[in-house]
Amino acid sequence: MSDHIVQIVVFTALFLLVSVMGFVAARWRAPQDLNHLDEWGLGGRNFGGWITWFLVGGDLYTAYTFVAVPALLFGAGAAGFFAVPYTIIVYPLVFLVLVRLWSVSHRHGFVTPADFVRARFASPTLALLIAITGIAATMPYIALQLVGIEAVLKTMGVTGDSALARHAPIIVAFAILAAYTYQSGLRAPALIAFVKDTLIYIVILVAVIYLPAKLGGWNNIFDAAQAKFAASPAPNDGITLNANNQLQYITLALGSAMALFLYPHSITGVLASRDRGVIKRNMSALPAYSLLLGLIALLGFMAIAAGVKPLPGAREGTVDSNTVVPLLFDQQFPAWFAGVAFAAVGIGALVPAAIMSIAAANLFTRNIYKEYLRKDATPAQEANVSKITSLVVKVGAVACIVFLDPQFSIDLQLIGGVIILQTLPAVALGLYTRWLHRGALITGWFAGMGLGMWMLYQIPNAATGRAHFGGSAFPLSKFGFDTTMTIYAGLVAVAVNLLVAVIATVIFRSMKVAEGTDTTTREDYFADATPAASTTPADPAPTATT
Amino acid sequence: MAEPPTPDPDISDTEASASAPAQASSDRSPWNWLLIVPILVPLTTPLFNHDDPRLLGFPVFYWLQLAFIILGVTTTTIVYRMTGRGAGR
Repeated sequence: MSDHIVQIVVFTALFLLVSVMGFVAARWRAPQDLNHLDEWGLGGRNFGGWITWFLVGGDLYTAYTFVAVPALLFGAGAAGFFAVPYTIIVYPLVFLVLVRLWSVSHRHGFVTPADFVRARFASPTLALLIAITGIAATMPYIALQLVGIEAVLKTMGVTGDSALARHAPIIVAFAILAAYTYQSGLRAPALIAFVKDTLIYIVILVAVIYLPAKLGGWNNIFDAAQAKFAASPAPNDGITLNANNQLQYITLALGSAMALFLYPHSITGVLASRDRGVIKRNMSALPAYSLLLGLIALLGFMAIAAGVKPLPGAREGTVDSNTVVPLLFDQQFPAWFAGVAFAAVGIGALVPAAIMSIAAANLFTRNIYKEYLRKDATPAQEANVSKITSLVVKVGAVACIVFLDPQFSIDLQLIGGVIILQTLPAVALGLYTRWLHRGALITGWFAGMGLGMWMLYQIPNAATGRAHFGGSAFPLSKFGFDTTMTIYAGLVAVAVNLLVAVIATVIFRSMKVAEGTDTTTREDYFADATPAASTTPADPAPTATT
Repeated sequence: MAEPPTPDPDISDTEASASAPAQASSDRSPWNWLLIVPILVPLTTPLFNHDDPRLLGFPVFYWLQLAFIILGVTTTTIVYRMTGRGAGR
């Protein structure tokens, strides 16, 4: 620990700086009244192009991404690079779909995707399923952010003997995070995102110029990786894909892209923007982060070329591959700059963790508390419940890390991606058509969820010696196909979900089961911000403006 | 909301709905189909799953996928320009 003193000082100083910013954020952009969910949970729905860029970017590219994606390349090679096509595909998808969600939410004052589903399909039950799915998928995602911080702390030698001592820095960091999120709401991560991304851009630019020069050039880096994979006994690694994991790569990229913007925290970031133009422009500007991600991913190969050996894992005989990138920085950079890099990862965990906890809290408040517990809740009561829930969510995430094996969070997050995809028919397709019957959407949700869980349960992990929930690559041979190919479980599950929903819709229609009244109108889906609409966001009148 | 000075609500309603479509009747546009390109092209991995040719030391599998980011930016920018405000529909 003593030989990392410079890094610890730099890390702590930057960490304290953003903490101050988090508290000051409450006064930033002059909120009229923070005791309203629109203000606390959506930053006043008034973020312009730059803030949205930093907020959504800071939200999607998390600390875990920065440690886990390169770790994946370090361990498996080309298969880990799926993150790049995944973040290319996501923006055109969002461009088409989420602007509509923004419009209809703007008109009706929706705060969560479940609010939309409730109004569109007139089904509190379906909305409840969407809300529970969202909360369940988000919780482990928050815990994963802590895994990112932990990898950095471990590299700096901040480790104790007992579980509690080892996690003391994380508990302190999250207590501070919880306090300023409670006070400032979405404004806190929006403001901190500026610092986070500036640091990350600096670190990566330096890394991709300085490290290859030091490691003998990119040719050398890729050759070193190739040599490592050629020598390893694992069948599916290498710097290119092989016949077995090609389909997995494609379906994982597509499925992850579809899942990404169904996550409640992504939707929160999008709903906070000022108008449609802000979102659309951002869909062309956000891919700058994909370039960043691609370069960060390649740090995994640089670590191979630099001969990095990951630190030991939680259990005997395992390695914590998440420490690969922090170790690379530690070994190759001067101490002060490694400190900056570690701070970038650490702060990189706070921004998404704050947004995720806000998103989960909004879901609870709007779709469980207000729907089932207290129908006449005032806006101030809603904001208050959300603030307290966001605290509870963060305590839960810390407890996951302190008391459970972090691997457990990683497994849960894997499941999270599969389950959040099951909200696609109701949320994403619901923005385009109301053809699917609400009862059929519920039926499809159960079918997709059941199949998804079953598939994940069937997947072993050779590296960790686990028999179940070992990954997302489902062997097609388990469906009876004579092949060694694998496919992303989430995509199969959502396909079945849709198929069941379509068949059930036909059945429900023929049985004339009640459909409920859609309280949105066609015009709601492409309405843009106008002065009249923004003063009365809950006004459903379709032609109230112009 | 201020009451509009229209004596007959029926007439103003039809007028409003008649003038609204001119402004934003839909967000549909043939240009949106262009967005399929950056969704499909990155998924054609069998076509570029190779080491050679390398560019600046990057195998084609890596540099081409990084180049697809530019493809994505270009297409979304074109679609935004052609469908954004002031561009008719």
